[in-house]
Amino acid sequence: YRNHQYDMDCITWSPAGRILQVEYAMEAVKQGTPVLGLRSKTHVVLVSFKRAQSELANHQQKIFKIDDHMAIGISGLTADARVLADYMRHECLNHRYVFDSAMNVGRLVAQVADKSQQKTQNSSKRPYGVGLLVAGCDEKGPHLYETCPSGNYFEYYAMAIGGRSTSAKTYLEKHFADFETSDIDALIKHGLEAMNKTTSSDQSLSTKNTTVAVIDSEKYKELSSEEMQKFIDGLEKKEDEPMEEEPAAATGGDAPAPMDTTG
Amino acid sequence: MNGAHRFGSKCDRPKATDIHFKMQAPVEHRWSPYADNGGTCLGVAGENFVVVAADTRLSQGYSIHTRNCSKVTRLTDKCVIASCGMKSDAITLHKHLKARLVMYEHQHRRQASVTAIAQMLSTTLYYKRFFPYYTFNVLCGVDDEGKGAVYHYDAIGSFERVPYTTSGSGSALVMSVLDAQIDKENQTIDTPALDKAGIVELCKDVLSSVGERDIYTGDSGEIFLIDAAGISKTEFDLKLD
Repeated sequence: YRNHQYDMDCITWSPAGRILQVEYAMEAVKQGTPVLGLRSKTHVVLVSFKRAQSELANHQQKIFKIDDHMAIGISGLTADARVLADYMRHECLNHRYVFDSAMNVGRLVAQVADKSQQKTQNSSKRPYGVGLLVAGCDEKGPHLYETCPSGNYFEYYAMAIGGRSTSAKTYLEKHFADFETSDIDALIKHGLEAMNKTTSSDQSLSTKNTTVAVIDSEKYKELSSEEMQKFIDGLEKKEDEPMEEEPAAATGGDAPAPMDTTG
Repeated sequence: MNGAHRFGSKCDRPKATDIHFKMQAPVEHRWSPYADNGGTCLGVAGENFVVVAADTRLSQGYSIHTRNCSKVTRLTDKCVIASCGMKSDAITLHKHLKARLVMYEHQHRRQASVTAIAQMLSTTLYYKRFFPYYTFNVLCGVDDEGKGAVYHYDAIGSFERVPYTTSGSGSALVMSVLDAQIDKENQTIDTPALDKAGIVELCKDVLSSVGERDIYTGDSGEIFLIDAAGISKTEFDLKLD
């Protein structure tokens, strides 16, 4: 691999002005199953497609409640995600204890980003191998942010990360003008339709492998199996896809690695 | 003093040889970190419910801070804590417990049981063994089997599950009445056991009677009824004197 001289650690620049270890960490995010988020004027919705290691295993949790007004959807190394979720939960708890109010979503995202950045400027540490979609509501309304192992963060109207997320992004880009004024049911439907686009021909969304979380100004809620089933029943039927995986669009290697243990 | 006078300079300090310095009997001045804000609370466990009662008066010495301050905090859908003693410690203790319970719910994906909270309260109190929370707590709720649970605590976390208990400035007045009316161990006259409504009325009467003799109890009372349906609260008046 031609960059082998420059990709050994986080403290080496490549001649092209890149820190390759950080970019490799971002590849880990793409190895996870997809998770997406979208917001309206009143709600944010997170939809995740969970992986089960084998038939015997439970589907791995992808959405974590952080506080009554905030939740994250993860893609990448689940273990790293749990560390960040714990950090965010403690920060929110502490904020409530001291200030008797909900922590500002954007500020916490910036804190997570700064924490992530520290791991990219250290010879003896590695970056977090997980991307978060942070969904939350504050006094200005609902927000959706994405964090990266690089320490960068972005705010979105709608976003999808993880394996085959480009298909979901295409759907979201097509419809996002509707999201602002959608009611909660329409928003959930859009989220599930977008997620449906990421599944291959032999998979389909079910209450076992899908989670839908809704956050408004008051509370966090996960849809129950019954509620989710109603939406899943209403999904557009998929056209039969060819047996081969579609060639990945802009990014290379969207398919999950065979023996990976990421969520 | 001549010239520039430095703060705390040697010339200021009284010396034993100074004729203006007179020996006086030593008096120890001490600021106490604790205050007693008074009030009374009690809890009674039923077959499948609990009743918690507490007054709402907050006092300091012979003065009243406020007539309308609750001693009770809801910790989960099935559990409340009532604390008498120093109000600031009670506030901090309740805040601390609530924060711990949020973390519990994040990690366990369900609310903590009364028995779990009971143990946690004990360890939380003992953690400050050498500068205790000046709180005398009564923890009440419905346990995982659906039965009523009442726990009594001392300031440093010694606790016991009991059928009924009381705490606070009027607790000595309350306990014997509950012994007579609920336990009935030493009663010569046989009376039927009280039902839920009967226990609620008993708690109201007990607080009212305590208010007659204990100056720190009065103004108004809160009754919390916890059962399978959840927590419901009612209020009633107590004397304002």
